[in-house]
Amino acid sequence: MMAPSQINEIVSETTSTFPRLRMAAVRKSFGATQALKNVSFEVAPGEVHVLIGENGAGKSTLMKILSGALQPDGGVVELDGKPYAPANPLEARRRGIAMIYQELTLAPHLTVEENILLGEEPARLGWLNRRRGRELARQALAELHHQNMPLDAPVGSLSIAEQQVVEIARGLVGDPKILIMDEPTSSLTQADAENLFAIIGQLRQRGVSIIYISHFLEECQRIGDRYTVLRDGESVACGTMPAADLGQIIRAMVGREINDIYPRTPHTLGEPVFELRAVAGRVRPRSATLKLRAGEILGLAGLIGAGRTETLRACFGLETIESGAVVVRSKEATHRSPTQRLVDGIGLLSENRKEEGLMLNRSLADNLTLTRHGPFTRCGFIQNRRQEQAAKTWMERLEVRARHPNQPASELSGGNQQKIALGRLLHHEATILLLDEPTRGIDVGSKAQIYKLMGQLAAQGKAIIFVSSYLPELLGVCDTIGVMCRGVLSDVRPADQWTEHAIMTAAIGQGMACAT
Amino acid sequence: MNKSSPAKVSRIFHVLNVIGPFCGLLLVLGLFSLSGEVRPYLYTGGNFKIILTQTVIVAVGALGMTMIIVSGGIDLSVGSAVALTSVLGATLVVKGYSTLAVIVLTVLAGGLIGMANGAIIAGFRMTPFIVTLGMMGILRGSAKWLAGNQTVNIPASAPLNHLMALRSPNQLFPLPPGVWLAIGLAVAVAVLMRRTVFGRYIFAIGSNEATARLCGVRVPLQKTLIYGLAGLLFGLAGLMQLSRLTQGDPTVAIGLELDIIAAVVIGGASLNGGTGSVLGSIIGALIMAVLRNGSNQMGWQNFTQEIIIGVVIIIAVGLDRFRQSRMKT
Repeated sequence: MMAPSQINEIVSETTSTFPRLRMAAVRKSFGATQALKNVSFEVAPGEVHVLIGENGAGKSTLMKILSGALQPDGGVVELDGKPYAPANPLEARRRGIAMIYQELTLAPHLTVEENILLGEEPARLGWLNRRRGRELARQALAELHHQNMPLDAPVGSLSIAEQQVVEIARGLVGDPKILIMDEPTSSLTQADAENLFAIIGQLRQRGVSIIYISHFLEECQRIGDRYTVLRDGESVACGTMPAADLGQIIRAMVGREINDIYPRTPHTLGEPVFELRAVAGRVRPRSATLKLRAGEILGLAGLIGAGRTETLRACFGLETIESGAVVVRSKEATHRSPTQRLVDGIGLLSENRKEEGLMLNRSLADNLTLTRHGPFTRCGFIQNRRQEQAAKTWMERLEVRARHPNQPASELSGGNQQKIALGRLLHHEATILLLDEPTRGIDVGSKAQIYKLMGQLAAQGKAIIFVSSYLPELLGVCDTIGVMCRGVLSDVRPADQWTEHAIMTAAIGQGMACAT
Repeated sequence: MNKSSPAKVSRIFHVLNVIGPFCGLLLVLGLFSLSGEVRPYLYTGGNFKIILTQTVIVAVGALGMTMIIVSGGIDLSVGSAVALTSVLGATLVVKGYSTLAVIVLTVLAGGLIGMANGAIIAGFRMTPFIVTLGMMGILRGSAKWLAGNQTVNIPASAPLNHLMALRSPNQLFPLPPGVWLAIGLAVAVAVLMRRTVFGRYIFAIGSNEATARLCGVRVPLQKTLIYGLAGLLFGLAGLMQLSRLTQGDPTVAIGLELDIIAAVVIGGASLNGGTGSVLGSIIGALIMAVLRNGSNQMGWQNFTQEIIIGVVIIIAVGLDRFRQSRMKT
């Protein structure tokens, strides 16, 4: 691996002028969390620079700074040797930086042409030049070998892959100097991805620099000139891509020792209680197969967009299951509503605590007891005191730091909110718990408490599916781990047969578990 | 990937979008003509003239409301704005301002009201529903205050009255000038929405505001302008109201905003924003006017009309939902 200083020398030898883009010691904090601590990298004209890092390493924050959506707290950003600090996306586009976002950012009611031109409409005194606009849109699509795409179709009527093409075409309008692509292939078909790689080659020859973000290391290696690895908000490694050793890159991405201690409560695995047989949804999952036993904690690893959340939501009846079967306690129960799932003792903890998991402006007691009012209801009337009492018991058991059960949930810290959300499943006496990122965005102390609680629940014979993007906690807490890749989950193995490296390899689609 | 299907699907939807409201209008006309008593009168030129003249105020309001609803907003203060501007216009006439000055000042007042709405909505990121609900009360109260809690009568000879008069000396062809003005404005607003960058951004904001911001659209400014421009049209509607009644009445046009919203929605706009057209909204306004007119001639009572119009609105929105769900899959 080369040190950054060596890279700088190489760049200054090969290009006599300024680098197209230079970032040095860039920092950015959100409240107490430091999203970027120290990021430095350079992009030369006509270079494909690959940015690699785990979920949450700071890539998207960095890109938002470049595209003008966020301003850095400190550090140097230069474009062609001149300071670059766009105040908004409009200015970034005017300076020649275009961004292609991972999540589609199209206006569904506008046509293909209107979306491609949005913000860059050729016009005179506000009057649209329609012929020129059509030309530009057609040209951008032709560059992508999609000249047959109907310019007048509303984007909402197109397939996801076609929408992605429109998104990329929009990036090409207006002659960008730097094109940032955030996971552009995540929803493309193989043929479209090949097309995109060819386009990237053409753009590079025209001198357009490309910052390419992807989890898929093979494609990074295929198209990248150089790479920079981000970990925990720092640029920790960089080098030339063709010569790079993928194993080394993965180590740089993961980069930490497993020294956190995960409290384990001894528990034994019982009978299978929950089974997925090649479950497929609309888009994700494509095929999920697993067997969960009583007293088991099953970890689900995978990258964002792999389909883990969708799998849990389909299991809970929040998304349609197109094919496959769900088996609950040896009985086929594929198509069920969330209400029926709750009756069956299945509980889901949403990854989206603020918007879906909790009623933030309602009291802790209401939040805890929403799914089961029975114990303190008489003739349909809720007895407030007994409800409070029930809530209090859970708050004590879960060590929630709060003043009173009647306090609104919004007043609690993230960790305590999460305990309330989890407490609802316990109050419901769910025996199969689907936990989606239960430790995301909460402090270390609360995390440890949640790990401990999971162990205790397993010891009581409850079965848990634990989705997490943080590998050490999966390895530390789970009995078995499955890795999901591009919507496919098939290979669930005991946790001691996995290493972080092996999980990462499977997650980015290099393992056998994953067919493209 | 199927290349032909999106194009075909989009063409079908496009055609449906355009002809849907037309079909509705024809259907309504056809249904009333089933009655032998109504038919001979319904299709006379004189009756069409009445229908058109009755539609004008709602139609002009619908032009502004179309822009607002397509951008994902709503304006509940239109009825009050019409009342206030009509009182303002009457007051200015009484004070002896020239006709031109009255027109300009009244329309501008409407524009200012709209800009205030837009600026508050965009500046403080408040829900349009709440802001304009509040504005509804403010404007209604101001109108009563300005008028001193009574109507402001203007002389019958005031030139302004010719705007909406069915029998006026200044009639161009057989229609009052107000109708021609509305037709001209409808064309102008349609062109604005379809042929200019400003119009393109109205659709973009309504379809996906976050995307519009990301693509460099100055959303707050744009919204202020949308509501402001619509406000100009509401001011004009106020003038027309004044001309029709020949007095500024601060209690006039209560609930007008709901008629206008209904017209826009019947015309195919979605309250979620992103879709809608001027032509559709105008036809929506016509459908409601024909329903009223036909019901009158059938000798149906007022409550029957209200029920029928209510049913029509629900059917129209139901069709819209159906269309949208088809578009998503």
